[in-house]
Amino acid sequence: MSSSDPNDIEEVDQVKRAFLQKTSVFLGAVGAAGIAVPLVSYLSPNKSTQEAGKPIKVDISSMQFGEQKTVLWRSKPVWIIRRSEAMLASLNMTTGWLKDPDSSVGQQPDYAQNQTRSVRPDILVLLGICTHLGCSPTYRPEPKSVDDSWEGGFYCSCHGSKFDLAGRVFKNMPAPINLEVPPYHFQDGNTLVIGE
Amino acid sequence: MLMLILSVAFVLFVLLNVLPLFKGLGRWIDARLPVFSFLVEHLSHYPAPKNLNLWYVFGALAIVACAIQFVSGIWLVMYYTPTAEKAFSSVQLIMRDVPYGWLVRYVHSTGVSCWFIVIYFHIFRGLMYGSYKAPRELLWISGVTLLFLMMAEAYTGYVLPWGQMSFWASKVIISLLSSIPVVGNDLVVWLQGDYEVSGVTLHRFFAFHVVGFSFLILLMILLHIIMLHTVGSNNPDGVDIMKHKDRKGWPLDAVPYYPYFVLKYIPIILVYLFVFFAIVFYAPTFYGLFLEAENFEPANPLVTPAHIKPAWYLSPYYAILRSIPDKSLGALAMLLSIVLWMFLPWLDLSPVRSMRYRGWMSRCALATVVSAFILLGYLGLQTATGWYLLLSRVATFLYFSFFVLFPLITYYDRDLQVPERIPGV
Ligand code: HEM
Ligand code: FES
Repeated sequence: MSSSDPNDIEEVDQVKRAFLQKTSVFLGAVGAAGIAVPLVSYLSPNKSTQEAGKPIKVDISSMQFGEQKTVLWRSKPVWIIRRSEAMLASLNMTTGWLKDPDSSVGQQPDYAQNQTRSVRPDILVLLGICTHLGCSPTYRPEPKSVDDSWEGGFYCSCHGSKFDLAGRVFKNMPAPINLEVPPYHFQDGNTLVIGE
Repeated sequence: MLMLILSVAFVLFVLLNVLPLFKGLGRWIDARLPVFSFLVEHLSHYPAPKNLNLWYVFGALAIVACAIQFVSGIWLVMYYTPTAEKAFSSVQLIMRDVPYGWLVRYVHSTGVSCWFIVIYFHIFRGLMYGSYKAPRELLWISGVTLLFLMMAEAYTGYVLPWGQMSFWASKVIISLLSSIPVVGNDLVVWLQGDYEVSGVTLHRFFAFHVVGFSFLILLMILLHIIMLHTVGSNNPDGVDIMKHKDRKGWPLDAVPYYPYFVLKYIPIILVYLFVFFAIVFYAPTFYGLFLEAENFEPANPLVTPAHIKPAWYLSPYYAILRSIPDKSLGALAMLLSIVLWMFLPWLDLSPVRSMRYRGWMSRCALATVVSAFILLGYLGLQTATGWYLLLSRVATFLYFSFFVLFPLITYYDRDLQVPERIPGV
C-alpha cells in the first residue's frame, strides 16, 4: 500500500482480485435471482383470483332437450347442453369427417373420453372457447343451418372452425383440436359442479 | 418529447449566447453540465450529407409523433381508470364530460396510426437507400427493435378502452402463446394473471403501456440517435461521405444540420401537424380504420364479435398468421415476418447501397416485398375465406421468398458504379 499508483502491477494481488471478482459476480447473480422470484411470482394469479376460480355449482333440473346454458367459470364461458336422442345419434354420422373422433388428445378429463365426451350422455359440458384463437363459437343445433351436410354443432365465426355436437373438430379447420371439456361431476341428479 | 426538450434547451442556449449578460452563465453551466455543447454538436454541427431529401424527414417526424403520444397519454391517464368495471366508462367520461377530453383522446388515437404511417415510410427509406448496410447494421437492428416495441405499446394500449375489440383482440393474440409446446398454457395464465383475460390482465397491460414499454421506447430512440450520430447518415446516393474530408476533418459532401436541414424540416413538420389535426378534427375514426365501431361496445367475454380484425398497422402480420393452416406454424411465421428483417444487413450481398445504382432485379425484389406487405395489410382486415384466403397465401409466400431470394438477387444483379462523391446538386 506504499505505492502512489493504485494500478501498480507489482502491488496488486492478482489471485485475491480474481477471487473477489468471481465471488462478486456469483453473489450478484444469486441476488438477481432472488429479486427475480418475487417479480415473476407477482404476475401469477393472486389469492382472490384463485378464490374466484373455485368450482361452481349449476342447477340443471329445468333444462329442456336442445337447450344451451352458458355459465362463467374462471371468467370463461362454459356451455351446458342437454342433448336429445336425435342429437346424440348425429355423433355417429360425423365420425368420418372428424380430426380426432376418439378424443385421443387430452382435451377432456379421462371420464369424458368417450363418444359423447361427457359423464352423462345427454349432458354436454364444454368450454366455450375455440381452440384456434380463443373466440367463442356459436351453438347451431339445427341440421343444415351452417351448410348442407351440417348435422348440428358449433360454428366459430372468427375463422370458420366447425365442431360437432360433442365439440369434436372437423378435419381441415383452423382450430387444431377438439373443444376442451372442463373437469366436472354431478353432486346429485340436478346439480352440476364445474371445476373439479 | 425528446425533440421538444431539445429544442427548448436549444432556444435557451441561443438566448444565452445572444444576450452577453447571460453568456457567462451559459459557459458556467456548460463547464459543469455539458448540455449546451451536446446540443450544438447533435442538432447544429452534425455533418449531414448535402443531398438528403424529403425521405429523411421521417426520422424527425417519428420523434414529433412520439412526443404527441407522450403528452396526450399523460393527460389521458389523469382520468382513465384501469379496471374491468370502470375502464370503458372512464373513456366515455373523457369523451363527454372532461373539458377537451375528446381532443386529447382523439389526438392519442390518431397519433398511433400516424406514428405507424411515419415509421413505415421511414423503414421504406432505409430499404430504398440501403441504410441498413455496413456500418449501420446495429442502427438498423435498433430500428427493428423499435418497431417491435411500438407494436407492444400499441397492442397493450389497444386493450385499455376495454371495448369488444380490445377484449377479443387481446385474447386472440395472447392465446397465440398457448401454442408454445409444454409451457404454453401456464405461460398464458402467468401473463394474464388470471385463467382468462380479465381486469387483472387489463391492469398489468396498463402498467406496461404507461411505464414499461414507453420507457423502453424512449431509451431505444436515444440509442438509435447515438448510433446514427456515431456512424453518420447514409444518403439517397449511398455514397460514403466520410472518405473525403477537408483538413479540419469535415466531410466535403456534408453541410451542418443547422441551419440547412433544421430550417427545411420545420415547415414540413408544420404540414404534418396540419394533416394530423385535420384528421383529428374531421375524421378521427378514419372510416373505422383508426377507431373501430365494435370497440364502442363494452367488452363482453361471452359474445365474440362476428368479425375480429386487428388495428390496420398490425394487420399484415395478422394476415400472415391466418394464412397458415397450422396454429403454431402460423404464430412462428408471424414472429419471423419481423425478426427476419434484423438479418437484412447480411442478406444483402450487393456492394452498392442505394437502389439508384442497383439493377432491375433488386428493384423488383423490393417492389414485390412492399406490395406483398401492403396486400397483406388489406387482407388482414377482411374475412379469411375463399379468394381472400388464397390471395393471402400467395402474398405470404411472396413476402417470405424475398428473404430467401434477396442474397441471390443481390449477388447476381448488375449494379452500376457508385460515384466517389455525391453527384452535383
Ligand atoms: C420510434 C421510432 C423511431 C424514431 C423516433 C426514429 C428516429 C430516427 C431519426 C431522427 C433518424 C435520423 C433522421 C433520418 O434519417 O430520418 C433515424 C435514422 C434511421 N433510422 Fe430511425 N427511428 C425510428 C424507428 C426506426 C425503425 C423502425 C427503423 C428500421 C426498421 C429505423 C431505421 C433507421 C435507419 C437505418 C436510419 C439511418 C438512415 C440513413 O442514415 O439513411 N428507425 N431514425
Ligand atoms: S378462433 Fe375460432 S376459428 Fe379462429
